[in-house]
Amino acid sequence: MTANSDLSQEQIEQLEDRARFVRLETIRLIEIAKVGHYSSVFSCAEIFSALYYDVMALSEDPAWPERDRFLMGKGHAAVGLFPILADKGYFPAEWLDSYTRLGSPLGDHPDMRKVPGVDFSSGSIGHALSNGVGIALGGRMKKLEFDVFVMLGDGEMQEGQVWEAAISAASHRLSNVIAIIDRNGYQLDGKVDDVMAIEPLAEKWRAFGWEVHEVDGHDIVSLTQLLRRVKADTSRKAPCCIVAKTVKGRGISYMETEPGWHLGYLSPEDSEKARQTILTTRITSCGEVA
Amino acid sequence: MNVKPDLTADSWQYRDLNSRAPSLSVLADTLIELAREGHPVAAGTADLQHSNGLVKFAGEYPDRFIQFGISEQNMVSAAAGIATTGMIPYVATFASFIGLLACEQIRMDVAYCAQPVRLIGHHTGISMGFYGTSHHATEDISTMRAIADLTVVSPADGAQFRQLLRHSATYAEPIYFRIGRGHDPVVYDRDESFELGKAKVHGIGDDITIIACGMAVHGAKQAVDALNAAGHSAGLIDMHTIKPLDEAAVLEAAGRSRVVLTVEEHNILGGLGSAVAEIMAENPGRARLKRHGIMDEYALISPPMRLYQHYKLDGPGIREVAEALL
Repeated sequence: MTANSDLSQEQIEQLEDRARFVRLETIRLIEIAKVGHYSSVFSCAEIFSALYYDVMALSEDPAWPERDRFLMGKGHAAVGLFPILADKGYFPAEWLDSYTRLGSPLGDHPDMRKVPGVDFSSGSIGHALSNGVGIALGGRMKKLEFDVFVMLGDGEMQEGQVWEAAISAASHRLSNVIAIIDRNGYQLDGKVDDVMAIEPLAEKWRAFGWEVHEVDGHDIVSLTQLLRRVKADTSRKAPCCIVAKTVKGRGISYMETEPGWHLGYLSPEDSEKARQTILTTRITSCGEVA
Repeated sequence: MNVKPDLTADSWQYRDLNSRAPSLSVLADTLIELAREGHPVAAGTADLQHSNGLVKFAGEYPDRFIQFGISEQNMVSAAAGIATTGMIPYVATFASFIGLLACEQIRMDVAYCAQPVRLIGHHTGISMGFYGTSHHATEDISTMRAIADLTVVSPADGAQFRQLLRHSATYAEPIYFRIGRGHDPVVYDRDESFELGKAKVHGIGDDITIIACGMAVHGAKQAVDALNAAGHSAGLIDMHTIKPLDEAAVLEAAGRSRVVLTVEEHNILGGLGSAVAEIMAENPGRARLKRHGIMDEYALISPPMRLYQHYKLDGPGIREVAEALL
C-alpha cells in the first residue's frame, strides 16, 4: 500500500472481487439463519473491502498489538465481516457454516471473546466510537503505533454517546481515530431524515473539531485513495471523519428501492437470483451499476 | 490550603475537598503506589477529579490520566477500549451516575467483553445527603449485581478499600467498587489484609449475626459490641464483596444463629440483603432473616450523619433494629 498512489487495474479488480465476495457470503450465511441484515452489509461492502484488503495494517496474528483496529457501531453488519476474517485466516472457514446455530461463535453481532479478529464487540448502537477512543488512548499510553477505524451507521448519529465520543476524540487530539459513516440514508423505521433528521452531517463533525471528508462509498477507487491518504497523513492533529455516501441494499435493485429491507430473508430461489445479479454486475458508484 | 488572606481559616473551596475528607485520598494514593510498583494502571474521571482525589494521580502520572468531562457513558466505554491495550483503567465518578447512567455500557463493553476495568462509584448510598435523590445511589448494588462476570465490592473504610484496590491490580475480572465520600469512620488498621470474594468474619453470634457492607459495617460493629455487652450473643460478618458472595460465610451464620440481619446503605431490594436471602432461601438453616437498609423509597435530604440516624444505619439505630428481633 502506497499513499496517494493510483490503484492498478489488478488492485481495483481485487477490491471489487472482495466486495462481491462479501455480498455473496452474506447471502449464503443468511440462508442459514433465515433472517438477516443483507442491505446493511451491501451498503458497506466496498468499505469492508478497501479497509481489509488495502488500507489497514494487519498481520497473520489477529492479536498483533500494533495492528490497525476496526470497530463497527453498526454491529448488525457483522455477517459481512465474518467471511473476511475467515478469509484472512483468523478462524477456520468452517465456522461460517455454523453461523447463528446453537453455540456458534458467529451471531448477528460480533463478539470479541468468541471471534478472533473482532477488535471489539458491538450490537448496542452508539458505543463503538467511545471504544475506539479508549483504544487510541490506551495505545498512546503504551506507545503503540496504530490507527483505529470505526464504522458508524447514519442512524447511529441519533445516539448521544456518539457525540460524547466525538468531543473527547477531538479534545484528546486522537488523530489516529478515523470514523467512517455509512450514510445509506435508512434505518429500521424508515428514512433517517424522516425518523430523526441528522443533516447537516459533515458540518456537525467539523463543528465538533474533526477533519471531514465526503466520498462515494461504492466508488472503490476514490474510497480507497481517500482512506490511504488520511491514513498516511501524519500532519493531522484532529481525528478524521469520512462521510461515505452509500445506498442501502446496493447491488440488489429491490433492496435499493423498497424500504423495509433492513431485516429480511431471501428464499433459496431468490438467493440464487441475487447471487447471479451480484456475479454479473459491477458496482462503481452510488449511481450506476455497469 | 490556599486561603485568601481576607478569609478566615475555616473557609474553604472545592479544590481543598481532598484535605477535608481523610479517606478520599486512598484511591489516588493506592493507584500511585501500584503504578510505582510497575502495574500498568491508568485512571479517568468525569469532571470529578477533586471529588474523588484523582487530581493527585493526575499530577503524578499525567500521561496515564484521562479527563473525560461530563460524559460518563463515553468514559466507561472508552475505559473498556483502554483495557484492550493492556492497561488497567480505574474510572471514577459518583455512584449514582456510573452504576445507573452507564449501566448498559458496563454490561456490554466492560463485563460482556471481559475487560479488566475497575469502576469506582464514589459518594454512594445516601452519603450525598442534602444533594438529593439525583446524587443518591441506593440501587447500584442491585444493577451491578445482575451483570454477569462483574465483581461487586463495597469496602467498609479507607484501609479496607486500599487493600482491596491493591488486590485488584492482579485480579482478572472487571470490578465495581462502591465507596463513600471519604469521611468513612475507621473500622480497620491500615495493614489489615482482605481478599476479594472472602468475607471478613468478626464472629458468629448464637442469637444474631449481622451481615453488613460498606459504611454500615462501622455501625454494625458498634451494635454488636453493645448487644454482647448487654448479654446477647451477637456476631458480625463484613461482606465487602457482594459478588461473588462468600456463600460459606452466609451459610455458617444461617446455620448457627437464630437471626441473620443484613444492613446496607442501599435499597433492601436487590442489594446485599437480597443476595443473602437468595442463599438462605435455597439452603434452609436455623436462622430467620431480616433485611435492613433503605426501605424501597427515595431518601429524605439532610446532612448525611443525620440521615444515617434517621434510617437507623448508625450504631444505635442498628442496635435498635437488632434488639427488636431478639
